[in-house]
Amino acid sequence: MNLHEVSRLLEGSILTESRREDIEIDRAYAVDLLSDVLALTDERTTLITGNISPQVVRVADILNVIAIIFVRGKRPSDSAISYAETLGIPIIWTKKTMFETCGLMYANGVRPCKNRPMAAPEG
Amino acid sequence: MQEPTHGGPRRLVHHVRAGDIEHGGLASAQIKRQLSGLGVAPQDARRAGIIAFEGEMNLVVYSTNGGTITVTVSEKLVDIEVADEGPGIEDIDLALTPGFSTAPSWARELGFGAGMGLCNIQANADWFEIHSHIGSGTRILCRIERRRHDASGHRPTTRT
Repeated sequence: MNLHEVSRLLEGSILTESRREDIEIDRAYAVDLLSDVLALTDERTTLITGNISPQVVRVADILNVIAIIFVRGKRPSDSAISYAETLGIPIIWTKKTMFETCGLMYANGVRPCKNRPMAAPEG
Repeated sequence: MQEPTHGGPRRLVHHVRAGDIEHGGLASAQIKRQLSGLGVAPQDARRAGIIAFEGEMNLVVYSTNGGTITVTVSEKLVDIEVADEGPGIEDIDLALTPGFSTAPSWARELGFGAGMGLCNIQANADWFEIHSHIGSGTRILCRIERRRHDASGHRPTTRT
């Protein structure tokens, strides 16, 4: 799916002006904790998050994330949107929950990104 | 900030203020861009950016008076030092345990405190050292061997 199709699927809006609607969204990672985002090894992933701290777009920049989807109606600040704009990282904003967002995207062919393996839980 | 040099290693120095959540992470994003501008491969610049970001946010969230990130770029290496003057880490082994965090509640509410900061630093460095003493502060030293990253490779750790 491309960015435009994902936005429609999630009944969302693309907040960045240079909308890059044709970029392909084929992998995603959903998380609110920034250090978990930084454990990502896959550069061509889309970040799904309800975290609207100013650091989210900075982390996306460092990791070469291709797009950010803000869920649960959490709207990033105008300055974060402008910053993403300058970096060429499109932002989708949806009122759907993270669970629903992930479910809809998975059902439409988006797959998990590769991630660094974590230690298995004990027991 | 980029210090002038004459053909030798390049040294980038960024000062980070304690508690400055609004600007936290900007220095690291700038470091990544500076490294790319100096010809460091994208993969290595990304790894350096991750190390710098985790170090920077540690300075913002935990340090008493902020600290400094110093990046030295030479032909084969990127060296990153994150240093502060306190409060120091009580138990380094515990701090290196995935999931362990002493982040205050205000930081957790902003999405920090996953307990992965030092682990992420270690995982992205080819060589990693941490020195910390209560009262005198913490110094993290990391080295990236340029364009020789092996994600599964063993990375030695020294702690004092």
